[in-house]
Amino acid sequence: MNLTEKYDLGVVKWFAIMATVYLVIGTLLGVYIASELAFPFLNDLGTDLPYFQFGRLRPLHTNSVIFAFAGSALMASAFYIVQRTNQTRLWSNKMAWFTFWSWNTVIVLAVITLPLGLTQSREYAELEWPIDILITLAWVSYLYNFIMTIYIRNRNKVPHVYVANWFFMGMMVMVTYLHVINNLSIPVSAFKSYSIFSGVQDAMIQWWWGHNAVGFFLTAGFLGIMYYFVPKQAQRPIYSYRLSVIHFWALMFGYVWLGAHHLQYTALPDWAGSLGATISLAMIIPSWGGALNGILTLSGAWDRLREDYILRFLIMSLAFYAMSTFEGPVMAAKTVNALSHYTDWTIGHVHSGALGWNIMVAAGAIYHMIEKIYNVKMSQKLLGTHFWIHTIGTVIYIVAMWVSGIMQGLMWRAYDEYGTLAYTFAESVSAMHPYYVMRATGGTLVLLGAIIMLINIVMTIRRSGSVGQIANV
Amino acid sequence: MVDRDVKESLQVKLEKNIFGMYLFMALSVSLAGIVEIVPLFTNPEAVKDEVIVADGSTKSLLWLRSKGQSLSDWKLGDGVRPLTALELAGRDIYQREGCYLCHSQMIRPFRDEKERYGHFSLAVESIYDHPFQWGSKRTGPDLARVGGKYSDEWHILHLRHPQVVVPESVMPKYHFLENALVDGSVIATHMSGLSKVGVPYTKEDIVQAPASVKGKNEMDAMVAYLQSLGNMIKFEDGVIYRE
Repeated sequence: MNLTEKYDLGVVKWFAIMATVYLVIGTLLGVYIASELAFPFLNDLGTDLPYFQFGRLRPLHTNSVIFAFAGSALMASAFYIVQRTNQTRLWSNKMAWFTFWSWNTVIVLAVITLPLGLTQSREYAELEWPIDILITLAWVSYLYNFIMTIYIRNRNKVPHVYVANWFFMGMMVMVTYLHVINNLSIPVSAFKSYSIFSGVQDAMIQWWWGHNAVGFFLTAGFLGIMYYFVPKQAQRPIYSYRLSVIHFWALMFGYVWLGAHHLQYTALPDWAGSLGATISLAMIIPSWGGALNGILTLSGAWDRLREDYILRFLIMSLAFYAMSTFEGPVMAAKTVNALSHYTDWTIGHVHSGALGWNIMVAAGAIYHMIEKIYNVKMSQKLLGTHFWIHTIGTVIYIVAMWVSGIMQGLMWRAYDEYGTLAYTFAESVSAMHPYYVMRATGGTLVLLGAIIMLINIVMTIRRSGSVGQIANV
Repeated sequence: MVDRDVKESLQVKLEKNIFGMYLFMALSVSLAGIVEIVPLFTNPEAVKDEVIVADGSTKSLLWLRSKGQSLSDWKLGDGVRPLTALELAGRDIYQREGCYLCHSQMIRPFRDEKERYGHFSLAVESIYDHPFQWGSKRTGPDLARVGGKYSDEWHILHLRHPQVVVPESVMPKYHFLENALVDGSVIATHMSGLSKVGVPYTKEDIVQAPASVKGKNEMDAMVAYLQSLGNMIKFEDGVIYRE
């Protein structure tokens, strides 16, 4: 019996393919809006149309990379991992397909509504209330199916639930909670609503959501991916079970406090911002715990990095994860935050996580799943090209944003010898130009990498069909 | 064997019982929200709405409207008030165009921000902001106190073609705002929606809304909104606005 007969992999396959398609679209949008900041004429291209202006496309970029790409990657890998680690089929294949279609409908609706300016104007939760309801349905079906699949496992064969599943479940629980509360609003028409919260309370709730979209969607869930695919690809057991228990619970408990560090020195009461900053510093320990647990899984098998590009993606992603989870607490420290807040440094930090950690670990996972499902090797040449082009693009992006962000922060607070502000705001804007060009260049490389990934996957699937290695998928 | 079963840790039990684990996860992720968010609703200091002025008396930072007063009776510095119909229309456009993605509305208590933008922002100043528009990024300057800083004419020129007045700007053009009229009945619906979540609009405010925006285009609304930002409270020396 081959893999595709034993498990429900059709939905996994389609989520994996769609994740790659959305990666291309999301990074393309990213490159476009990055170029708009370098060359403002791109905002309208000489037309009267508002639809591709920065303010309209930026939410589409964030939504398409976070929810379309990362969401699909999470769904593909969760449905794959839960079946394999519990040695059972999905509780309901039909429900998984409902998740697939509802999730993709959400994305199509996002592509239509956001350029039209239909938005709640809440960062990373821009979609209006009818779409939010659909997201809730899709998400709860995902959660329910996942838990029930674990529940129906053969408990004699698989008594313990494997660690990757905990991380996925933690993400699903928290994201449901965050999504529902953050989007509580009063509709005034079919596509316009006002948040029921206002001012400072609304700010805290929005960043409680905002940081935990990162902390759970892009961290806990992706650690679930890491905990399955790193040991699998390395063909070694995870380095330390004990470490995984400790850092799992530390993450579940600790990450939720961090939202307040986005609001330091604002009108949020000082104690809340300081509390957020303090716990942010402490979060270095669980974050590095996870990164080390993944990287050290390779101890004794480091030579495999030489020939295994998929493993390279996975290990490089952990290096970026360690780097950006060190950078995060540093930026949360009050003195650093006073400089870094409101600048491009924040954007750079997000992208070191998104490009370095999320895309790389997801690419590793998707490549691994496609090879397993189709029982065929990817083009190693294209894998290698993707790896290098993506790594170089990411580094260029991050460096550009470090320079521009720190420069902005310093220019805004600089004084001349007469004790007056040294620079006008406009001077800081024009000083950013070279770095915005550099950022767009780095982003273009990442986009090229995504296109190579899509080509590699499509060609691999076609080849597997022509050599007849796969039946009934 | 028996000994081992007795000593089975909580973690091991949870690993075998998926619903137990679910419960523990739900509990552990809830704590932070309860500690950090709930006090903002229960502690009045979180949104301080009155201060002690020089003569020792207490002064409200909110505009306390007497009966029969309409929004147009408000004078500059009278205190925080709900937006007028036209300003609200402008705010809707501000949201629609994603202005918050590049402009913050939250001045921090630093010397350079005071000199560049003005007095630091107070929580009470966004008490009627559903949702808040503090922003997280300054690709352009902070707008928390842009009201009254430039003339209406400057704003119109700037919104039409930002680079004409600020050559270094990377802001998109918003000349198309002049092509669309503000719909009064829509604004009235929006005002009654906001009144349901606590913005103190009176029935009269809502009834008069359509007439007050008649013939105004989106550019007028946008400028009216920008001019309303940050000058509702008159700041006085020696008064402690924030502990």
